[in-house]
Amino acid sequence: MSEITDTLETTMENPVAGIDQSNGNFKYDMTYDFDAGTGLNERTVDYISSVKKEAQWIYDFRQSALKTFFAKPLPTHWASKDLENINFDKIRYYLSQGQKPKRTWDEVPDDIKRTFERLGIPEQERKFLAGVEAQFDSEAAYSNIKEAVSKQGVIFMNSTEGLREHPEIFRKFFGKVIPTGDNKFSALNSAVFSGGSFIYVPPGVKVSHPLQAYFRINAENFGQFERTLIICDEGSELTYMEGCTAPKFSTATLHSAVVELVALKGAKIQYITVQNWSSNVFNLVTKRGLAHEESEIKWIDCNIGSRLTMKYPGVVLKGRKARGEVISIALANDGQHQDTGAKMVHAADETTSTVVSKSISVGQGRATYRGVVHIPKNLKGCKNNTECDALLINSNSRTDTYPAITVRGDRHAVQHEASVSKVSAEQIFYMQQRGLTEGQAMSLSVNGFINDLARQFPMEYSVELKRLIDLEMEGSVG
Amino acid sequence: MSSLEIKNLHVSTGDKEIVKGVTLTINTGEIHAIMGPNGTGKSTMAKAIAGHPDYVITEGDVLIDGKSILEKESDERAREGIFLAFQYPSEIPGVSIANFLRAALQARMAEGEEIDASAYYKRLYQKMDLLKIDRKFTSRAVNEGFSGGEKKRSEILQMAMLEPKFALMDETDSGLDIDALRIVSDGVNSLRGPNLGILLITHYQRLLSYIVPDHVHVMIEGRIVKSGDKSLALELESRGYDWVKNELATA
Repeated sequence: MSEITDTLETTMENPVAGIDQSNGNFKYDMTYDFDAGTGLNERTVDYISSVKKEAQWIYDFRQSALKTFFAKPLPTHWASKDLENINFDKIRYYLSQGQKPKRTWDEVPDDIKRTFERLGIPEQERKFLAGVEAQFDSEAAYSNIKEAVSKQGVIFMNSTEGLREHPEIFRKFFGKVIPTGDNKFSALNSAVFSGGSFIYVPPGVKVSHPLQAYFRINAENFGQFERTLIICDEGSELTYMEGCTAPKFSTATLHSAVVELVALKGAKIQYITVQNWSSNVFNLVTKRGLAHEESEIKWIDCNIGSRLTMKYPGVVLKGRKARGEVISIALANDGQHQDTGAKMVHAADETTSTVVSKSISVGQGRATYRGVVHIPKNLKGCKNNTECDALLINSNSRTDTYPAITVRGDRHAVQHEASVSKVSAEQIFYMQQRGLTEGQAMSLSVNGFINDLARQFPMEYSVELKRLIDLEMEGSVG
Repeated sequence: MSSLEIKNLHVSTGDKEIVKGVTLTINTGEIHAIMGPNGTGKSTMAKAIAGHPDYVITEGDVLIDGKSILEKESDERAREGIFLAFQYPSEIPGVSIANFLRAALQARMAEGEEIDASAYYKRLYQKMDLLKIDRKFTSRAVNEGFSGGEKKRSEILQMAMLEPKFALMDETDSGLDIDALRIVSDGVNSLRGPNLGILLITHYQRLLSYIVPDHVHVMIEGRIVKSGDKSLALELESRGYDWVKNELATA
């Protein structure tokens, strides 16, 4: 590390001079006079790594990932050509803490403001979510939770801190579930990641309250290249929630997170995401969990908004009797493409996986289900159940389903069901005849369609989800 | 007292004129039955009054208490007191009857007003008891997997909860066995009163022995050709529609 920082110091001002890095509090008070600029090269990675005062191994990891990123082609041979519109040279890969957002409240579009109001987002949070303020000060709420769980020995911190304070745990699992070269965007994240959560739950500990990333969002965490690593040791249990239903109004057009989960023997992890991106955002996320013997990993994923979302949460069922589940809801409005699904890789006997996906296409919105289920020949007693349902609101809406289920051997049970339904004019007339406006009728239909899945969300999320769908549908009719 | 006035109503679907000048006034407290053979425009008229987008009113007017409702959307008409009991009600998957009715009632409230949940359920259960409907019914998705009788009972329950001024009941007796017919009729009779006007569409007299109308109209080929009291229904039953048709031809 010293060699690198030395080199850097001769070539640029030292950005970290005089900053007390021992400060473990979440809110960063540091200010930098400059940032990584736009565009991506080795110097960008040098810069990020030096700002974070990272160890040599992680610096090497980033640089090697950068090479992989450059070497890998965009997956346009199977995914959307829209990916070609990402201009990697125009993107800011690291936002320093002191950098003031350049937007004022007046510049925030009216519909975003209205949504905040309708969702009842507190004043202070609105400014943060709209990108007017760089930081939402939730330190009090965060430290309470942190304190409560730390009594049980749970580590819950920013991944930057995690790397610094718990390298022995971090290094053992980091990049193991999702290798750098998994895809072009996981490589990009591996090169420039910052923010995200690091959680370790000791053996046998059951964390009673869901841990929420929302309690500790700041400019960095809000950012584009989050890296989250969660390890649940033997027999432990954790529920983690990220995101919120409020629209994130972001000027950064590329968001590419990587989330790795490890459930050791008998552990249970439930990871809940509700995201509502503004419609200029490419949201390209890699999420995967590694499930050891008799453990359980469940992804609950709800995607609303964005220009293009590509996200296929996966579980590698590594130990006997491991269980994996993906439940996903995607809503694609005009000009949006939700390309979502699941990956289930069975790698041990008697492993079970379940995928339930519901998508809604509104107007010219497009929803795609893409799923992979892999059960090799040498295993026995594996089960998969896949169900994907699509709802089309208008006649020009679009939905596609690409399920790839590979099952070898004859000792497995696999089920696949798919359905496409439409909200018919008769159905809308029926509801309007009862006094509901066209918009209310639409949103009731949509809420009915996802009802059985929405019930699995924590109460406050499902209530917010309902309100959000009301808003989306209101905008979709006359 | 309120009145629903149908004045010289002409209705087309596609290029075809189905209703060819119907004039009829229904006051609250009255039950009017419209009888006639299949395809004669009875259902078309009901749907057009309710504001179905496929049925275009080409001439005439429909007024509630002297004010035309034709400029209003179907949901506004509903909130003004028009209720259509559908012959084939749509399914709404995933939406329970309780939630559906709650949303419909909520839509009738002023902005910022919230429905009182406990009072709502109390009233819902009261109406269900009145209509002899099992309470488990409310948690089922609207019309999904319902039998013919259940669908019709669900329509009557909705009518009871929404308390319209005017109910247009489209072939409420179709597809019902004799027991279901009795239950549904008892339900309608229990809702009968000075604040409700009913237009009962049927082609069988059978229903009219359970729900006794004040006025009976015969509709043939888009027009009301004969009106009378309840005895007209019995006469039709014994002599058939041809009797009216022949009478028309000779007139």
